[in-house]
Amino acid sequence: MLLNASGCLDALTAPDVARSLDAFVTKTITPLPREGNAPPRIAETAHGLLNAIGLANPGRERFLADALPRLRELGLRLWISVGGFCAADYAETCALLEGVEAIELNLSCPNVDEAADSAAEIVAACRAATELPLYAKLSAAHPDVGAVARAVEDAGADGLSLVNTLRGLAVDPRTLRPALARAVGGLSGPTLKPVALAAVYACRAATRLPIVGMGGVTNARDVVEFVACGAQHVALGTVLFSDPDAPSRIRAELAVVQVDDTRVAETLREFGAEVVA
Amino acid sequence: MPRRELLRVEGREQVGLYTLLRLERGGVDPGIPGQFFMLEAPGRLLPRALSLCLAPPGELAFLVDPVGPGTEALCALAKGDAIHVFGPLGNGFRLDVERPLLVGGGIGIAPLPYLAETLRFPPTVLGFRSAAHAEAAALLPGAEVVVDPVLVTDCALERHDVLACGPEPMLHAVARICPGAQLAWEAPMACGYGACYGCAVDIAGELKRLCVEGPVLVAA
Repeated sequence: MLLNASGCLDALTAPDVARSLDAFVTKTITPLPREGNAPPRIAETAHGLLNAIGLANPGRERFLADALPRLRELGLRLWISVGGFCAADYAETCALLEGVEAIELNLSCPNVDEAADSAAEIVAACRAATELPLYAKLSAAHPDVGAVARAVEDAGADGLSLVNTLRGLAVDPRTLRPALARAVGGLSGPTLKPVALAAVYACRAATRLPIVGMGGVTNARDVVEFVACGAQHVALGTVLFSDPDAPSRIRAELAVVQVDDTRVAETLREFGAEVVA
Repeated sequence: MPRRELLRVEGREQVGLYTLLRLERGGVDPGIPGQFFMLEAPGRLLPRALSLCLAPPGELAFLVDPVGPGTEALCALAKGDAIHVFGPLGNGFRLDVERPLLVGGGIGIAPLPYLAETLRFPPTVLGFRSAAHAEAAALLPGAEVVVDPVLVTDCALERHDVLACGPEPMLHAVARICPGAQLAWEAPMACGYGACYGCAVDIAGELKRLCVEGPVLVAA
C-alpha cells in the first residue's frame, strides 16, 4: 500500500490527493486541542525540511464529532494517528475509535515533550483498549530501534511505522539565530532516507511485524529500496508538499520499474504496479 | 484541486532590484488577484509561494525578490527553462469594493499590477525602502510613490476600501488606520494547500493556516 506520512496531508483540504493513496493517515490527534508551536514553524535545509508544528490538532472530542464524520464521507480507508503525554492519553483515544482501518501510535514526535511512559507501556495500554490494528511509529534516534520494535511487538503491536523525523536545527543566515521559533524541529525529506532505510532493515531483522517505511521517498526507486529493506507498505511525506501528484506519479513509475528479486517484486505488485520481474 | 503543470519560461525582466519572471500559461488558471502559486525552485526541495503579478495573454508573470537560494534560483531561470507551477491557491482579494485604494510596500507590490488591471486602475500608493527598490513602481503607472522615511501610512488612506500587500509592520499599521481593509499576508509555506501546517498565523486569537484561510484577510 501507498500511504501518506501522518501530518503531511489534510484529506479535508485536498481530498483528491488523499484518494490517490491506498489509505489516508490523519494528523496526530491528542486528548486536548493543541494550537501547535509559534511560527516560524518550517525551514528548508540543504536536502530536507525542518518542522516544528507541535501536533496542532482540534483534540479528540472535536476530531470525533467533526473531522472524522467528514473524513468518512470521503470514502477513504482511514488510519488514525494517536498521540499523548502518558499511556492513558493514548489508550483513552484508542478506546473511542471504531470503524477505522488502523491506529498509528505516534510514539516519537520530536516537537513536543515526550511521554514519560515507554513505547511498550503505551502499546500495552492501547492493546487493552482496542482490537483495531495498532501500528507503532518509532524514531530512528533510539540507539537500538530493533530492540524497541521487539518490545512493542511483545506488548501487542500489529505493525511498525518507520520512521518519524529526527531532531535538527537550521540557522538563519542573517540573524545567526535558530530559524525555527522553537529552535529545534523534526528533519524530513531525502536527507532522512538512509537513516530510515537502516531502521527498516534493523526492525525487519528483529521482528516479523509488517512495516510501513517512510523517510525521504520521492520516486519509485525509493519505494523499491524501502521494500527491499523489509517494508510492506510505503508512506509519502515531504514529497507531498512539493508535488501533490506524487502518489500517481510514483505509481506510474512503479509500473515500468525493473526488479529481479521475486519477493520485492511480489510486494510491489500490492502497490497496484505491474512490476516487470 | 488546482493544476500543477510544467511551464516554460518565456523570459525575465529586471524591474529595479526585482525580477519579473514570465512563464507560458499552459492550462493553468490565473485565478483571482491575491491568490498565489507554488513555483518549483530549481535545485531546492520545496517550491516557493508567489502571488501572480500580471496575467498577459497566454502568460503568467511573477515578481521575484532574490532573498535566498530559492528565489535566487527563480531569478536565474532563462527563456526555454521549465518549472512546475501549482495553483491558483488560497483566497484572493474581494473585488466588490466601491472606493478601492491599492496600497503596496516593497516586494508586496507583487499582486497589485494584476489587481489594478482587474479593478480598472484605481488610485494606488506604493512605499519602498530605497529609490532603487522604487523603480519597481514602473509596474503601476500613475501610482503615488513614497520612499522611506516617508511611509504609505503618511498618505491619506481613510474613506477608501483599502486592498494592501506589504511587510507585516505596514499591514498592521494599515489595519489600525483602516478597519475592514483587505490585507494580503505572507508566511513561509512548504506546500501551499493545507498539508504542512507550516504557515500558521494568528487570526483573531487562533493559529490558522494562511494558505487556506488567506493569504488575503480582512483587518479586524
